[in-house]
Amino acid sequence: MIDTSLIDGLSIQVSQMLLVLLLSPLLTGLVRKVKARILRRRGPPLLQSYRDLIRLVRKEAIVAESASWLFRIVPYIVFATTWVAAALVPTFATGLLFSWSADLIVIIALLGSARFFLALAGMDVGTSFGGIGSSREAMIATLAEPALMMIVFTLALVAGSTQLSTVAGIMLSPGVGLRVSIGMALVALVIVAIAENARMPVDNPATHLELTMVHEAMVLEYSGRHLALLELSSSLKLLLYFSLIACVFVPWSLAPAGAPLHVHLIGAAVYVAKLGVAGILLAVFESMIAKMRVFRVPDLLGAAFMLGFLGTLLLFVSRSL
Amino acid sequence: MDKLALDIAHFLAGSLVLVSLMLLYQDRLPALLNVFAFQAIILALSVAWQAYVQGASDLYLTAAITLSVKAIIIPVALHRMIRRLGIHREVETAINIGPTMLAGLGLVALSVVVILRVTVNADVFAREDLAFALSVVLLGMLMMVTRRNAVSQVVGFMSLENGLILAATGAKGMPFVVEISVAFSVLIAFIVIGIFLFRIRERFDTVDLEAMDDFRGESR
Repeated sequence: MIDTSLIDGLSIQVSQMLLVLLLSPLLTGLVRKVKARILRRRGPPLLQSYRDLIRLVRKEAIVAESASWLFRIVPYIVFATTWVAAALVPTFATGLLFSWSADLIVIIALLGSARFFLALAGMDVGTSFGGIGSSREAMIATLAEPALMMIVFTLALVAGSTQLSTVAGIMLSPGVGLRVSIGMALVALVIVAIAENARMPVDNPATHLELTMVHEAMVLEYSGRHLALLELSSSLKLLLYFSLIACVFVPWSLAPAGAPLHVHLIGAAVYVAKLGVAGILLAVFESMIAKMRVFRVPDLLGAAFMLGFLGTLLLFVSRSL
Repeated sequence: MDKLALDIAHFLAGSLVLVSLMLLYQDRLPALLNVFAFQAIILALSVAWQAYVQGASDLYLTAAITLSVKAIIIPVALHRMIRRLGIHREVETAINIGPTMLAGLGLVALSVVVILRVTVNADVFAREDLAFALSVVLLGMLMMVTRRNAVSQVVGFMSLENGLILAATGAKGMPFVVEISVAFSVLIAFIVIGIFLFRIRERFDTVDLEAMDDFRGESR
């Protein structure tokens, strides 16, 4: 007899991987649309991101003469690592096949390696724009990662585990109580998510050819299918952070392992609703705030680090009582 | 019930430490004063919660005094003062936020470790409050050390005193006479400091305390 839980896990895992891949351009389109509406513009239609991706895939990929082999493979590496990381976060169900390895630290490591290769590719061609983008990206990363690790420590101290399914389960249980540390971790995670996704106060995702840009500067030399893959991975990364926040801080209606099909369907519908709310909130936030000077970014990320560290300290106090 | 009571006490005291760190972060005076008023509001809530948990009605009075004096009278007076001094648009340049925040976090960690080791046998609420109160006191001192502007140093002193109130409410049976005399001495200190600020400005044309170093012949 075949183990049915294995098949269940596999089917949930595969459907989740397809769901995040299909939803992520829609999420980016939603954020763009809402931002445009707030600015009293019509904005592109919701499906424009898909059309852009298809158009880019059809186009010829032009590679600079000075580019090495690294430049060609980086889009695939970045896309693969980001996709795997997105597949590890429980979006609508916790009974994922990979959940034994779905550790928060693994996800951070996957995103970190994607960023490392992207920064290498930015410097590979040897243009000044790519170099400046890479150096700024490295600066933001070195500040964001310690903050993210402190957030993980806080969550791990609350849940007693770094497994995302376990964390979500503990957050659902009434034993958590009222903890200021969790609130601090939430704020810190939102700041880190904004910085990591190159969103508004840190970087402007809608701009090209400006001296302040970070992420767009690194991918400036890419075209065709390479650019399509990179665009898709940055959408996936945004979706991943939303899913992470939703999974840890608002884990309601996550389908537990072994639940019947309709629970999973409800979970998926609620997940899409959560993403929509998060996307609208992000668009409103981005419209309200001005871009920060690059040298002010360490202050912002320092605040995230401080919140994470303070959350850990407070938990340390309340646990030792 | 007891766990929830402890959780709320923890929440309020933890927020107080967080707001003290936020005070270190502010480099504009009006924002600094607003955060200070916010800190006083949280302190008043925390004291009121302790009064409810301990069943000590005189603590409600302490909370009311904190709310009226620290959250309303002193911030409003300081706002008017910086307007009259004409420094309400100034940005403090001397502080370097990164190292200051790291030093502040180090002080919080230090006070948590020290208090939790020292007060093993004490009451849960008292331990909790003492650990956070010591952090608030140390952060207030750090603020007085790192700031150059006299008004920010006054705010540092006041936030230090907020930490003392938190410590006093955590310890059961603090006589009300002591609390009220502390509250009034702070008010008097505030008035004296206010007069001093204007005297300093008259003599040196600034409230930047670096100017005093020149006067003492300690210029760099």
